[in-house]
Amino acid sequence: MSELTELTVQNPVEEFLRMDRIPHIWCPGCGIGTSVNSFAHALIDAKIDTRNVAIVSGIGCTGRVAGYVKQDSFHTTHGRAIPFATGLKLANPKLNVVVYSGDGDLFAIGGNHLIHAARRNVDLKVICINNLIYAMTGGQTGPTTPNDVITSTNPYGTFDASFNLPYLVEAAGAVYVARWTAFHVRQLARSIQEMFAKKGFSFIEVLSPCPTLYQRRNKMGDGLDTMKFYKEVSKIRNGAATKDVALTKSGEITVGKFVDRERSDYRDLLHDRLLDSLGDDYVETEACTCQ
Amino acid sequence: MAKGSVQIVAERCKACGFCVEFCPTHVLALSSAFNAKGYHTPYMVHPDKCSGCDLCGMYCPDFAIFGHKDAAKETVAAAAPVSAVEAKEEQDAR
Ligand SMILES: Cc1ncc(C[n+]2csc(CCOP(=O)(O)OP(=O)(O)O)c2C)c(N)n1
Ligand code: SF4
Ligand code: SF4
Ligand code: SF4
Ligand SMILES: [Mg+2]
Repeated sequence: MSELTELTVQNPVEEFLRMDRIPHIWCPGCGIGTSVNSFAHALIDAKIDTRNVAIVSGIGCTGRVAGYVKQDSFHTTHGRAIPFATGLKLANPKLNVVVYSGDGDLFAIGGNHLIHAARRNVDLKVICINNLIYAMTGGQTGPTTPNDVITSTNPYGTFDASFNLPYLVEAAGAVYVARWTAFHVRQLARSIQEMFAKKGFSFIEVLSPCPTLYQRRNKMGDGLDTMKFYKEVSKIRNGAATKDVALTKSGEITVGKFVDRERSDYRDLLHDRLLDSLGDDYVETEACTCQ
Repeated sequence: MAKGSVQIVAERCKACGFCVEFCPTHVLALSSAFNAKGYHTPYMVHPDKCSGCDLCGMYCPDFAIFGHKDAAKETVAAAAPVSAVEAKEEQDAR
């Protein structure tokens, strides 16, 4: 296959990636790379200036995204993507700050950061790759693992309740909440575009296959089988009540945009309050920039 | 006449089959040849049916394939890693 040395047209996604690091470490049939295509296409279609985009990840297989994208990015410690991103956004409000991380990182160790950033309505764009498990560390049960699933820490099956992420994030205060799967590549790209147009805490859950550690232990086939399963059982229900969209091991997956509302974001509230209280004494701080 | 074509960087492919499964016009198939890591990479079994929609590229988790409108068809012909006979066999088997 080495005949194919000269590519006459380049994949537009490559512009957004550190190609010297590709091939990446993700397993065959892992959905994380697929979601990155949707992300790159959203930036292309929305004509976003990538010099004003920063990507922040925590730790995990998904956290690796920060290392593969060519935008300014930071791979924080486990669970701390949101506080890092919050600081970044407050210090430089012109930046589009994206948090790209895993379900475990955002909702287990980082769960408190997430709910409080949503409560304060910090202007962050959060993309959560939900493979229903702690993948990188060997497939342990996480707060998103549905009932009756075999994991390395629940060899007889999980029995404790799991989080319904859209419901949780809506209750905490997010202004934009959507869910797609790795199968919904175009819908996901459109949703990411919408998120870039939004001000305030925005959240997209992306269900994604982890054939190596989730599907394999549960005899659910490989990545392709999971993608076919998503195609088969997903129902698009925009505006669905988030309390009704909880996931089960093999039941229907409700996808779509669930929440799209307006609420003053944290920085505007802070600005207004300081201006109110200090009047002429209030001096707007210059945005920090990196040249 | 095909409206589009694909480019494949075989050495990046991990043979997940997403591109083959989700191409709307079933242009692709996994070949019987291997890349250096031992994966069966895709090739165009029905090049004439390609619309250049790039859905294969959107699905590919490894950035190994992408579709585009027109142009560069010659490179693609070179990318088919199997003999014409094998290609014919796979086509018949579908
Ligand atoms: C403070 C700390 N605790 C634990 C770990 C081990 N650890 C690394 S990744 C991870 C879970 C990642 O799960 P998730 O965020 O769902 O990412 P995935 O690998 O599934 O994409 C854990 C527990 C760590 N790196 N740091
Ligand atoms: S372990 Fe799972 S989540 Fe991690 S790269 Fe492999 S398939 Fe993807
Ligand atoms: S560009 Fe579209 S039609 Fe052509 S192979 Fe890819 S998915 Fe199929
Ligand atoms: S989607 Fe990409 S990695 Fe998967 S078989 Fe096609 S080219 Fe190979
Ligand atoms: Mg996970």
